Amino acid sequence: MVAKASRAAFGEALLELGARDERIVTLDADLSKSTMTMAFAKKYPERAFDLGIAESGMIGVAAGLALTGHVPFACSFACFLAGRFETIRVSVAYSESPVKLVGTHVGVAIGEDGYTQMGLEDVACLRSLPNIPIVQPADESETRQAVAYAVEHPGPIYLRLTRQNLEPVHDAAYRFRFGKADVLRPGHDVSILVTGGPVANAVAAAGRLAAEGIQAEVINVATIKPLDEETVLRSASRTGHVVTVEDHSINGGLGSAVAEMLGEIMPTPLKRIGVTTFGESGDLKGLYAKHGLDVDGIAGTVRKFLNR
Amino acid sequence: MANPDVAKLESIAREGRVQIIRMLAHAGSGHPGGSLSVIDILTTLFFDRMRYDPKQPRWEDRDRFILSKGHCVPAQYFCMAKAGFFPMDRLITLRKLGSPLQGHPDRVALPGIEAATGSLGQGISVAAGMALGLKLSGKGARVYCVLGDGETQEGQVWESLMSAPKLGGPNHRLDNLCLILDYNGIQLDGFVKKILDLEPLTDKLKAFGWAVIEINGHDIAQIDKALDQAAATKGGPTFIVAHTIKGKGVSFMENDPEWHGKAPKPEEALRAIAEIAGTPAPAWVAPIVAEISAMVKS
Repeated sequence: MVAKASRAAFGEALLELGARDERIVTLDADLSKSTMTMAFAKKYPERAFDLGIAESGMIGVAAGLALTGHVPFACSFACFLAGRFETIRVSVAYSESPVKLVGTHVGVAIGEDGYTQMGLEDVACLRSLPNIPIVQPADESETRQAVAYAVEHPGPIYLRLTRQNLEPVHDAAYRFRFGKADVLRPGHDVSILVTGGPVANAVAAAGRLAAEGIQAEVINVATIKPLDEETVLRSASRTGHVVTVEDHSINGGLGSAVAEMLGEIMPTPLKRIGVTTFGESGDLKGLYAKHGLDVDGIAGTVRKFLNR
Repeated sequence: MANPDVAKLESIAREGRVQIIRMLAHAGSGHPGGSLSVIDILTTLFFDRMRYDPKQPRWEDRDRFILSKGHCVPAQYFCMAKAGFFPMDRLITLRKLGSPLQGHPDRVALPGIEAATGSLGQGISVAAGMALGLKLSGKGARVYCVLGDGETQEGQVWESLMSAPKLGGPNHRLDNLCLILDYNGIQLDGFVKKILDLEPLTDKLKAFGWAVIEINGHDIAQIDKALDQAAATKGGPTFIVAHTIKGKGVSFMENDPEWHGKAPKPEEALRAIAEIAGTPAPAWVAPIVAEISAMVKS
């Protein structure tokens, strides 16, 4: 496996799944080149709908398609989908319309386009709805499996995908399981819970920390909601220290979900790494360094957190 | 239908008006004005037009109905009860804790409701999606969606007004979609014309590619004829502009913005019911009058 953007893996998976499942349709709001549904649209023009730059209408039409037996993937940048929260809230969530919402271009990682195009609050918004699971795959293999799962999931679901390439963190034998976090590297000194763009960085940081005598357990939390409480609690009870890492606002994302759960069940010292400001234009490397999401940032935060 | 039983439909609509007043009097809150303006349209749809099976609310070939102006759902609840989706005596549970008759339509709680609405502007998009879904599946069912005039100020309405006539491409044009505007001229804060005028509305709709029909939304024969025309229109969706009177049938509610979202007190409900029922009142009115009279005493 080579590094690949999860949006690209999504586009390829959709093309394959669409060949054997005629229920699959795509909806876009003038970003199909970016969300990578373009290949599907070319192959299946009668099952691909570009609603124009009109995301609310797109989400509503997707709900109607879902309620008439189709499997609609409604795709846009994550910020533009979450920005139409009210339509998602009523026409998708409350109506239990099994729409597959796909938000791409998540996090500061999109870089040069700057804050208005960055999905930084999408998890916080959608996590507040009772019945929309949130899945953020970490690499190509996981993305392909998550897309296949989304087709079969009986209700609405949200897939959170990156613009940037993701280094593979799973081997060929990996099997994605909805609702389950997977331990990428075992350790007993600190639990690093990470999702999406920074997963490979967290694994690399753990390697560096190991050389210094800190054994970090790295857990890829692909299903942010519902949170895999069992895996998180098992790890936290062994390490006694939890660090969360995500390319999303520090408020309302993975870190918040973990804090809420641990706070109620097993209060554990916790450090959240994420975005605390608006985003800005810049290169991915520089932005990840600025927000502590690169290898140095994650390793440094863990050291400081453990007083080592 | 070619020869609608207008007298029968008018009688059902009259019963609907009484039941709307009754429901709201029991609930102590709700939206009488728009429920009374839309009831003739809903009566015609439910009892003259749409194909559905109240015993199988999810029957795949059913016609779909979405009340995009969800706050007027008492009118729909009456039609559903009358059609047999649930017992008539459940109507007075409207807005009560635990009732599937939510203040605004809840698809999950009440089988027969096709989409949650009332957050305005959304129902039209969902209706367009359903019309597209039915076309893709090769189904002949139709989709009816009732919009409010105040609601038509929502941006999402115009997104779908722009896209629906083109949606589906040449092979799946949405001629199975029929929108009906309950154009009663009043919204919560006052008169639509003063707040954000929709005019010239038919010009706008035609420019967007809709087949437009203008009718009196209280004339059942006109409603029926317009629905016939919509069904016969091929190649695209139809928009029926139904001119109505807010609070229609109750003199002290008609054309008064105060009655957009205020429930009648029991005394007011009795006056309203007396006006709607006329003299001599049909036999089914007496128990309702007795029931509300008891509320006055308590």
